[in-house]
Amino acid sequence: MNAPQHASLYEVQAQIYPRAVSGVYAWLRWAAVWATQLVYYGFPWLTWNDRQAVLFDIVHRKFYLFGLVFWPQDVVYLTALLILAALSLFLFTAVAGRVWCGYACPQTVYTEIFMWIERVIEGDRNARIRLDAMPPSKKFPRKAAKHAAWIAFAAWTGFTFVGYVTPIRELWSEMLDLSTGPWETFWIAFYGFATYGNAGWMREQVCKYMCPYARFQSAMFDKDTLIITYDAKRGEPRGKGEAKGDCVDCGICVQACPTGIDIRNGLQYECIGCAACIDGCNQVMDKVKRPRGLIRYSTTHALEGRKTDLLRPRVLIYSAILLAIAAAMGVSLYLRVPLKLDVIRDRAAIAREVEGGLIENVYRLQVMNTAEQARALELSVSGLPGLQLWGEPTLGVGAATSSMVLAKVRLPADGAKPGSYPIEFRLRSLGREGIEVRERSVFVVQ
Amino acid sequence: MSDFTSDFWSIYIAVITVASIVGCAVLLKMQSYRPGGEVQTTGHKWDEDLAEYNNPLPRWWSWLFYITIVFALGYLVLYPGLGSWKGTLGWTQVAQLKEETAQAEKHFAPLYEKFATMEVEALAKNPDALAIGQKLFLNNCAQCHASDGAGSRGFPNLTDMDWLWGGTPEAIKTSITEGRMGMMPAWGQALGETKIKDVVHYVRSLSGLTHDSIRAVRGKDVFAANCIACHGPEGKGSPAMGAPDLTDAVWLHGGSEDAIIRTVTGGRVDQMPAHKDKLSPAQIHLLTAYVYSLSHSGAVTPHSK
Repeated sequence: MNAPQHASLYEVQAQIYPRAVSGVYAWLRWAAVWATQLVYYGFPWLTWNDRQAVLFDIVHRKFYLFGLVFWPQDVVYLTALLILAALSLFLFTAVAGRVWCGYACPQTVYTEIFMWIERVIEGDRNARIRLDAMPPSKKFPRKAAKHAAWIAFAAWTGFTFVGYVTPIRELWSEMLDLSTGPWETFWIAFYGFATYGNAGWMREQVCKYMCPYARFQSAMFDKDTLIITYDAKRGEPRGKGEAKGDCVDCGICVQACPTGIDIRNGLQYECIGCAACIDGCNQVMDKVKRPRGLIRYSTTHALEGRKTDLLRPRVLIYSAILLAIAAAMGVSLYLRVPLKLDVIRDRAAIAREVEGGLIENVYRLQVMNTAEQARALELSVSGLPGLQLWGEPTLGVGAATSSMVLAKVRLPADGAKPGSYPIEFRLRSLGREGIEVRERSVFVVQ
Repeated sequence: MSDFTSDFWSIYIAVITVASIVGCAVLLKMQSYRPGGEVQTTGHKWDEDLAEYNNPLPRWWSWLFYITIVFALGYLVLYPGLGSWKGTLGWTQVAQLKEETAQAEKHFAPLYEKFATMEVEALAKNPDALAIGQKLFLNNCAQCHASDGAGSRGFPNLTDMDWLWGGTPEAIKTSITEGRMGMMPAWGQALGETKIKDVVHYVRSLSGLTHDSIRAVRGKDVFAANCIACHGPEGKGSPAMGAPDLTDAVWLHGGSEDAIIRTVTGGRVDQMPAHKDKLSPAQIHLLTAYVYSLSHSGAVTPHSK
C-alpha cells in the first residue's frame, strides 16, 4: 500500500496582537463601552416601587422594567422590540456600515475591555509579542495575573447576568456564603465562561466565523454606505520620499486592526468597522505633517468623486417601517390596560334551570391585574335582553396577581330560543382611572 | 418484554444502527483530508466559470460531529435503543414516571399533612385549605358538578342542604372515596301509563306543585304499594339508598310532569365514580372540606332553597 500523501488543509490561526491607538474613534469606542456597561452592570442594582427596577422573573413569569410589568401575554411587545432591533440594524448598516459591530456589539465591547486588561498587565503590542516568545517559566506570572483578572471580570459579568433573572441583592449574599442554587451557579459559570472565552480567546474569530449578522450585513451595503476606506489615489505609491504618495507604509493600520486585515486592500468581510486604523493612520499623518484622512470613513461613490446620496429609497423605506412600528409600539404601550380577562365557559354542565324559571350558565373568569396596586373591580354582562349577573358584581384583585372568579349568568326561560348566543363580559375598575376590559363568550339556552 | 416477535429484527436494527454510526465516523475522517494536500473543486461549473472549492469541513464542526458519535455510542450502551437491548442503566419510561410521581407526592406531602389531622368542619373555614380544595374540585369534580358546585340536570347540586346520600363530613367523604350508585328502577312495564300518570300527580302534590287531585288520590295507593320501600311512606327519601326526598323543590332530573313521567317509566341510573384510586386520602380530606364548605359557609348561594 502506498503511503498516502495526506496533508492537513487547515489554516493555523495566527495570533493577532492589536496595537493600542488613540484618537477620536478610540474615544468614541470607549464612550460606547462605558455607556453600555454602566447600563448592564448598574441596572440590576436600581430599585423601583420597593423592588428591583429591572428583573425578568422567569419563575413567576413577570417581567419588570421600571414602571412596567409585563406578563407572558405581553409577548407581542417582545416581538415588536425584536423587529425594531432588526430594522435598526438594517437602517444603521445601510447608512453607516457596521457601526453596531464596531462600537456597540457585546463581542466588541468585552473584547475592548479584555484587551485593556491585557494591555495594563502585559503591555502593548511589542511587549506582548516579546512576552509570548519567552520561556513559560518567565512569562507565567504576568499570564497568570492576566487570566486571573479576566476570570474575575468574567465572573462578575456572569453574576450580573443572573442578577437580571433572580434578585441580585439576594444573589450577592448567596455568593458570599457560597449558597447559590444549582441553576444560578450553572448560569453564572456558563455566562462567565462564555465572556472569558469569547472576549479573551476567540475575539475576532467570533465575528469572522460565528456571527451570522456579520455575513448578511453586506446585503445592506451599497455604494452610498459609509465604510472605512483607504484613499489609494492619495496614498499610492507607498513608501517614503518626495515621489511617493501619502502612505509611508508604516503598517500601523495593520497592527491596530483587531481582525488582522490590511484595510489598504479595500473593503473586506472581516472589517468590523471599528475605525482603529483611522486613528492609527491619523496619528502618523500628524507626525509626517500630511493632512489627516488617508484612511477615513467614506463611501464608494465619494471615492469615485461622485455625490453620496443619503436619502435613497432603501434608507427611506427602512426608516418609514422603523418609525411606523416604533410609533405603533409606543401607542400600544401607552394605551395598554393593566388588566386582563379570560372567560372560560363551563362545558359539561351546559345550562341549567334554576328557580324562578331562569336559565343559568356558569363561567370561570381569570382576572389578571398586571398593575402593582390592588384593584376593586365591577363585573357586568351584556348581549341578551334580560341577561343578568347573579351574585356579587364587585370583586377585589391583589397587586400583580391573577385570580379565578366564578360568574353565574341568568336569563329568563322565555328570553331566548334554544341555541347559543354571543355575550360580552365587561370588567371595569372602580378607581378614578376608569379602565375597562371586555371579553366575549357565549350563553347557551337548552 | 420485547416488541419484537423474533430476534432477527432486533439484530437487523442493531446492525443498521451501528453500521450507520461507524459509517459517519469513517466519512468524517475521509472528508478531513485531500490527497496530495491540494484543494480540489467539486467538479461542477455554474454560469460558465463558477466553480466551488471542495474544502475540508471546519475543524470545530468535525469535532462536534465526533462528540455526537461518542455520545450516540455511550447512549446506546446506557439506554435502550439498540434493538431489544435494555441498556445498562435499566431505564424505562414507566419507572421514570413512578419515580417522578413518588417525588411529587413526597414534595406535596407536608402541604397536605398539616391539614390531615384537622376536622373537616374546621378546614371548611380555613382559606388555605379551601384554596387547595377548590383546585382539586375544579380538576376532578367540576366537569359534572359545574365550577360552582351547583350541578346540572342529573348531577346533584352540592351547594344546598339537600343531600341524596347524607351531608355529614363522613357521608361526603364516603361518596368521594367509594363513589355512589343511585338506581331508580323502570316502572313502565309493571305499572302502565295510567298508573304512572296517577303516581306522578301524587308525587307533584307532595311538594305543592300543580296536580290533578283526583289522579293524586289514586296515585297515593300506587305510591304506597310500590315506592315507599325506598322513598319512605311520606316520600322523604332515604340517604341510605340515595333515594331523593320528593317533598322538596329539588329535582335532579327535572320536576315537570313530563320529566317525572320519564323518570318513573324508564328509571334512572346515576353514578358518582369512586376517587380512591385517583386521589390520596389527604386530598379527599381537603376535597370533603371544600364540598362541605359550599353549603356551610354561611353565604348560602341563591341557588339553594
